[in-house]
Parts: sequence; structure tokens; C-alpha cells
Amino acid sequence: MTDALRIEMYRRIVRIRLFEESVKKQLAAGRIPGSVHLSIGHEGAVAGACLALNDGDQIVGNHRSHGHPIAKGAQLGGLMAELMGKRTGVCKGKGGSMHLADHSVGVIGESGIVGGGIPLATGAGLSARVLGNGCVCLCFFGDGASSEGSFHESLNLAAIWKLPVVYFCENNLYGATTPARDVLAVEDIAVRAVGYGIPGEIVDGQDVEAVYRVTKEAVERARCGNGPSLIEAKTYRYGEHAEGLIIPVAYRDTAEVERWKQRDPVEIQRRRLVEAGVLSDERADEIGDEIAGEVERAVAFALESDLPDASAAFDDVYGRPVAGEER
Amino acid sequence: MSGEAGAPADGSGEIREISYFQAIFEAHQEEMARDERVVLIGEDISLYTRAGLLDGSLEGRVFSAPIAENGFSGMGVGAALTGLRPVVDLTIASFIYLAMDAIVNQAAKIRYMTGGQASVPIVFRASMWHEGSNAAHHSDRPYPMLMNAPGLKIAVPATPADVKGILKAAIRDDDPVVVFEDNSLWFKSGPVPAGDHLTPFGVAEVRRKGSDVTLVAIGGTQGVALEAAEQLAGQGVSLEVIDPRTLVPLDHETILASVARTGRLVIVDPANRTNGAAAEIAAIAAEYAFDQLRWPIVRVTTPDVPIPFSPAMEQPLYPSVADIVEAVRKLQ
Repeated sequence: MTDALRIEMYRRIVRIRLFEESVKKQLAAGRIPGSVHLSIGHEGAVAGACLALNDGDQIVGNHRSHGHPIAKGAQLGGLMAELMGKRTGVCKGKGGSMHLADHSVGVIGESGIVGGGIPLATGAGLSARVLGNGCVCLCFFGDGASSEGSFHESLNLAAIWKLPVVYFCENNLYGATTPARDVLAVEDIAVRAVGYGIPGEIVDGQDVEAVYRVTKEAVERARCGNGPSLIEAKTYRYGEHAEGLIIPVAYRDTAEVERWKQRDPVEIQRRRLVEAGVLSDERADEIGDEIAGEVERAVAFALESDLPDASAAFDDVYGRPVAGEER
Repeated sequence: MSGEAGAPADGSGEIREISYFQAIFEAHQEEMARDERVVLIGEDISLYTRAGLLDGSLEGRVFSAPIAENGFSGMGVGAALTGLRPVVDLTIASFIYLAMDAIVNQAAKIRYMTGGQASVPIVFRASMWHEGSNAAHHSDRPYPMLMNAPGLKIAVPATPADVKGILKAAIRDDDPVVVFEDNSLWFKSGPVPAGDHLTPFGVAEVRRKGSDVTLVAIGGTQGVALEAAEQLAGQGVSLEVIDPRTLVPLDHETILASVARTGRLVIVDPANRTNGAAAEIAAIAAEYAFDQLRWPIVRVTTPDVPIPFSPAMEQPLYPSVADIVEAVRKLQ
């Protein structure tokens, strides 16, 4: 791991964190319609996994979709504009918070249906195999999706054809308000790999470097034609399932939330780099300032962008307009 | 572009009599040979190459899948997003429900939800196995459900020439297409041009010209529709039989122009009655041809019941020649 890579990990974690904190503010200010599912707490897992890929590789994600494209290298302006429903949004205002797919950086899908993206990632693996293009697809999903049929069907499909896919579970211990331990027959999702004859690894999702190492190994394995792997990153979301969601009863201890915040992915990486002499505190602060500037520019771009025309709702249903479709 | 059954598309194609089933495999063979991005995914399909239905050299692009309809359909969608042009064989149309998320939430919506960043060039094949005492889990005609999912194109080819032309056009289309075959047609033969025969989408075929009544027949009901037309011709009633061939897009013009001439519309649809293709076509005629209609529109459909096993109960449910003749007589 080069120093430059370790610093880049830090940058991406901070970029997700500051983007998400801004999203929270924009939502509170009434500038973002609907609800948002923030990646705060998941940054180490998401950034460490994406940095283990090549630029030409693909990822597929889920409803907690903001961190994925940022970790894969997307520009922030189009993402923020999408969240505000603007025409300059990366999906032209058709996707929104749960679906920040940015194909320009290989984010080929962000499924709002839990588990819906897992077969898509499997298909990207099939393409890589048939086309022989050396691509690997990294598939993000949560603990809840690991109980969907699509997860089990996909692992079996990828295993029988040795498809270059890395299935990456962001296990944040809760599916909305339901504790994962109440609805999983096993303690660790990684053990589900055994049923499909593929490696299953558990990793500390708050430690970006640990996530990188484990994912890198799985990516290499996939790229060499040795098939898929399952990785389970133990992580935690600091906020609610969705920002603005009103939950009438407590479903997790405040003490538990605080305990996880003590192991913050931003702080862990910063401290590590400073202690190793890779980064000074001053430089770390500067990086924070640079990224805060990026986020500010993204917000400004989004705010000054126009809303789509109502008639744009009829665009992109089909590649070519279908006669009789519009009325 | 030729929609005419029996008309050579490239001017050099000889016309052969082949079965609907053979036509399906000609389409696969030709498109897979033409374009290396075309792959087949489905259950029990390794026998395609082993049985010689497809050339053995294509074996590496035939993925005989485990029984995991949602998984392999979604895999097809992901493959379509990343450079392949998959044909997913869902075997029997009733199995499509297991893959609804992949088809309706993913394939149909991805172009739209990504603001046009992506396209999903995928074909789903689904064969409707009604009329065969297979009972309710193998006998559905579910195309109306998918007509209600914007982003999908829906085809119901009724002749060997059209099933070949539609499959080939669907494989080349950049949007997801669901092709509903009628299993009862598989071993019926008809003229099919050799070579590159493509059937255009959204262009209906007038199967029989007539002047008194417009009869729109969906998919495999062409046979009973044409037989009823023949019977009624003997009684001095002239039916125009129209096969829409694709339901999305639907050729409004041909249907409405015919209704403008006849003033009478009967629709024959093997799907269930409520919200069927017949209901949609009736609504279009009522909205856009109200002034030309001289009689109320009549639908001849399968009633709203699951399909029973015993032929004694099953067979009378489907639109028959007698049902059509009776419907037309109501208009006299």
C-alpha cells in the first residue's frame, strides 16, 4: 500500500462524510425532496472496497447509494443536483437519493429494491467473462438483502460459472429498525459463502485499510478467473435508516451508537496516517478544507441548476419513442 | 423491412415452409452467428447445441442455468447493461412471475431511472402453454400485466415468419422486449423467408381484408379468427382480421383506420378478460374512434378464472370460432 493510496483512502472517506453532512443540511433546508439514506458510518467500508478496483471495473449498489459513486470517483456536482431533482443531476432528476448510478465511473446500478442489484452485478460478471475484458464487478448490499432469494441465486450462479464478482455486504446490524440478529439464522453473513463453495471473509468495516486488503484479494482472485467471493464488512450507520424518518420507539441503545462512533472510520484513518508520519495534522486539515470546498461548489452547482421541464418525464422511457406511447 | 408473411426481406431469400419452432431457432442461430454479444440464458438449454438446434460452435454462449428465474433474469439485465445482448428463455410464461423484479423493476426502468445513461438490450422469451391440460401453474397468458410496465416492449407473434422476424428484431433492439410465444403454434408450419427477415414493431398485419367488421385477434387466436371470418363470409358478412403482432408498441393507425371503415369492432384475446389486451384496444377505439363506431365494441376473451386441468373444463374457456361468430352476429 503506497502512501499516496492511503491518503487517497482518507480523501474519499472525508469526501463521503462531508457530502453527506451537507446533504443533511440541504434536506433540513427543504432543498431536497423525499428522504435520504445517508452513508455516514459506512465510509470506510465503501471507500476501501472501491479503491481495490481499477477505474474500468464496475460497481452495483443499493438504496444507501450516495457513498458508492463518490467512493468510485464520481464528481459531486451531478450527485448533489440529482438529490435536488435538477436537470443536471447525474440521472437528470429521474433517480434521486436511492439511485445515484453514475455510469461514467462504472456505477452501473443502484437498486431501490432490496437485493434487486445483486443479479445485475452477476450479469456484469457474465459480460466480463464472455467479452474477456478483464473487468470485475463489486456488488454492495446490506445485511437485509442477504436474506433475499436474489442473493442466494446470484452467489450460486456466479460460483458455477466462476464469474468475476465480489459480493460485498455492508452489515450495519439493522434492516431499517429490525436487528439483523433477529432475522438471520447465522451470526455472520460471511458463512453463507460456504453454501456456494466460495470464500467468505469478515472484515472490520470501520478500518478502510483492512477493507481494502480483503477486497483487493477477492478482486485479484476474481480477475484471475478463480470466481466470486463474499465479504462481510461489519459497520454501522450513525443516523436513522432514512434521514427524516420518525421512529416512535427506540430500537437501538444510545450507548451502542456512541460505542460505534468511538471507532469512526474518518478518525481511525486520520490518526493512523498522522501516527505513521504519512500525513501531518495540518495537511489532514487542509484535505478537509479542500473537500469542503468541493462540496460547497457541488451545492452551488446544484442550487443554480434548473429543474427539469415537466415534459422531460416522457423522455428515456425507450431508446426510440414508441408510437402511441405518449398521451 | 417486410412484415408480409412470405415476402423475402432481402430480395434474395427463398421462401421455405418451416415450423414456428424451427423459426425460433433460426432466429437464435442467425443472430448469435451475426453478433458475438448475443448469449442465451435459461433452464435446460444445454440441449440446444447438443440436439443440433444451434450450431455446436455457439456452445460457449449458451448458459444453461439453475432453476433461479429472478437470479438469471437479473443476471441477463446486468449483462445487457455491460455489453452483451442476452436472450433469457423463461421457458413457460407462468414462470415470469418469479422474475418480475428483474423484468419490471430493473429491465423496464433502468434506462429511465438513469436518465438515459444506460440501455438494456435484452429479450425475454416466454411460451404460453395453455390448451394442454397443464393446469393453472403452467397455462397463463400474462402479457397484459407487462403491457402495464412502461419501458418494456411486448410481442405476440402468431406465425413462423413473425416469430423469426420479431425475435431477430428484438435481439437488435436497444430496449427490453418480452416475446410471448404460443406453444400451440410451435409445430405449425408456414412460409418463412430465408436470411435476414425482420418484423417491424408497431406494425400490424392485416391477415384478411374485409369491410363489415374489424376483428383484432391477439397472438395464437389468428386461427380461430380466420376460420370464423371464412364461415361468416359464407353468410355474407365480411370480416377484416388484424394481427397487431406487437402490443407495445401497438399499431393504433391500422386498427383505427379499419374501424373507421367498418364501424364495428370485435377483439379476440386469449388472456383473461379484466385489463386484458382486448380491454386496452377497446379503450383506444372508444377514445379515438367513437364517432365512427356504429355498434358497441365486443370482446371475446378467456374469462377471469385460473385455468383448470380437465379438458372438459379447460377447452370451453378459450375464444372459439363459435364464440367469435356469435359475437359478430350480435352486431348485425
